[in-house]
Amino acid sequence: MNAPQTPHALHFMPSAGFRARARDVVENPFLRQSFRGAMDFLMSKRAAQFPDPEELESLRSLGERIRQYNLAKLPELLETLETNLTRNGIKVHWAETPEEANAIILGICQKHSARLMVKGKSMVSEEIELNHAAEAAGIGALESDMGEYIVQLAGEKPSHIIMPAIHKTKEQIAKLFHENVPGVEYTDNVDALIQIGRQVLREKFEIADIGLSGVNFAVAETGTLCLVENEGNGRMCTTAPPVHIAITGIEKIVEKLEHVPPLLSLLTRSATGQNISTYFNMISRPRQPGEKDGPGEVHLVLLDNGRSQAYADEQLRKTLQCIRCGACMNHCPVYTRIGGHAYGTTYPGPIGKIISPHMLGLEATAGLTTASSLCGACGEVCPVKIPIPELLIRLREEAFSEPHANPAMRGQGAGHNGLTSAIWRAWGTIYGSPAIYRSFSWLASRFRWLTPRKQAGWTSVRTPMQPAPKRLRDLIKERN
Amino acid sequence: MSARDRILAKLKANAPATAGELPDVAAWYAAHRSEESNADKAKRFRHFIELAHAEVYAVSRGGWLQKLYEVLSAKQIDKLLVAPGTPHGARAQAELPPLGIACPGYDAPIEGWKAAMFNETPASFTAARGAIAETGTLILWPTADEPRLMSLVPPVHIVLLDAASIYNTFYEAMQTEGWKDGLPTNSLLISGPSKTADIQQTLAYGAHGPKELIVLMIEENI
Repeated sequence: MNAPQTPHALHFMPSAGFRARARDVVENPFLRQSFRGAMDFLMSKRAAQFPDPEELESLRSLGERIRQYNLAKLPELLETLETNLTRNGIKVHWAETPEEANAIILGICQKHSARLMVKGKSMVSEEIELNHAAEAAGIGALESDMGEYIVQLAGEKPSHIIMPAIHKTKEQIAKLFHENVPGVEYTDNVDALIQIGRQVLREKFEIADIGLSGVNFAVAETGTLCLVENEGNGRMCTTAPPVHIAITGIEKIVEKLEHVPPLLSLLTRSATGQNISTYFNMISRPRQPGEKDGPGEVHLVLLDNGRSQAYADEQLRKTLQCIRCGACMNHCPVYTRIGGHAYGTTYPGPIGKIISPHMLGLEATAGLTTASSLCGACGEVCPVKIPIPELLIRLREEAFSEPHANPAMRGQGAGHNGLTSAIWRAWGTIYGSPAIYRSFSWLASRFRWLTPRKQAGWTSVRTPMQPAPKRLRDLIKERN
Repeated sequence: MSARDRILAKLKANAPATAGELPDVAAWYAAHRSEESNADKAKRFRHFIELAHAEVYAVSRGGWLQKLYEVLSAKQIDKLLVAPGTPHGARAQAELPPLGIACPGYDAPIEGWKAAMFNETPASFTAARGAIAETGTLILWPTADEPRLMSLVPPVHIVLLDAASIYNTFYEAMQTEGWKDGLPTNSLLISGPSKTADIQQTLAYGAHGPKELIVLMIEENI
């Protein structure tokens, strides 16, 4: 086996302190209102797109089958994709780590003496913290999706993978534009704010040296990169500058072009409740002789960053079925209450909790696996049927079980705690034997006065727990 | 070993023995999407793209130029970017200037006139290759004659569509036309003017692409 890699750490947003950040948000009524309102809106939009439960179920099953089929063939498809993209004139690069991916992208920028890179929305570029790496290399990296532009102006990270600025009110954005965009008067009219963004960014599309984008689906048989978007900034980034660099995780591949329509339908309907996005952009080549626009160079960076670890385990591999619609976070009672930033990871919400441990190691993410009531909503709405609750339970086991040899994941056992384990073992013994349980419950009701008034985290917001004076079995006996 | 070889080696060491049968996409569409008449497809296409804020005008095969002129006049647009190498672009370029609408052609590489494209081009006129009824979607395959930025940069985009080329679904379009055997440099599905809901879920049109999308739909019974 390969030597264990040092897990990548996010510099911009440390993963520690999850509980503290979550508490801050829960105590902030404005943020809670923002998220509650937005999630209710997105849930009802999605529901309206799937009026027929049979159609939804059969389409989800097809989506699941397509993703599992393509993952099963992943190594072969990656090679086919590379062959066909190369034949089409698109240069393919491979990166195991975020550092390698940044080096590849910045290397291309430097080769072209680039000063400005305009970016279409790409969560993988957030995952590798490209903006920071670019800044350190003296290259401007400008987000052009309106939501991403707003969070970049505010010096923040996206709080939702589809709607990055969902935590901000229009008044906050109005203030942000007024203070940061030269010559802009304060206005909280949404149309006016969007037009301000449009003006600023149009000038940049015109002069940018490099356009960067993500990829929603990479089609192996044709060598095609597919992008889903509403604003047109994705098309700008992939058409106006002389060089286009796309970056994607290695899992976003489909073998056949015909796999795209069902996945696209599931994606847009689940994500924002649209029957289709405004633009679906399919790129198969750089500019050909005689063509009058489009980038002369197109690159694709394929990033691993822990995905191959998830791939190695049959159950964990299902994590890679994800098409990044965000429906799991929209329906998550925990995400709705704590918002996207509290997680401290690039991908928040249920999908973040199951993918981030592979990217960052369980050392940094053990706590995230417990931030779930296991209500099951995420698994129920997932358009490709990822069993997210099952995976959360599996990750809890990986995180909190005693460290052992040949673990399936980096950081296995990172959350292990001897005292907690001993308590659970004792609980298992007591509840596993009727005789011991009877004696224990008898003792507990007799000595209930010994129960401490302060019970760790429980009593900070609740009244203390105490065993009942009479056991249920005694009450039943009395009634009979 | 390169990063490529290491990634592939890790995946190959752990890939399942078999992927099973190819997913049956055709069966799903056969069971869930029924054929429609051309008139019904045109109606559905129109319904959905209008919901997405596009304007649709039914025109006759010969009469679209008159409607194009009316639309431009109503919007007080006196300059239209056209593709002179296409039949519709050539016709517009021949017949609109006498009516007071300048029709510069996209006939040179963008590098020579990028600033004018971004700042002095209020509208453009292209054809659609086809459309999709299910989602109210235009299919565009930009070409050397009718390049990619035409449907993106000008604030108003006017599209000529033959209603006879509307498919039920995206799947049907790509299967019928055999897309997998020959995709162009760039192919596009466009389902309305550019929009965003990134500020407090409030829908706003004209984010980065066209603020207005106008479809001139050629129908036989007009």
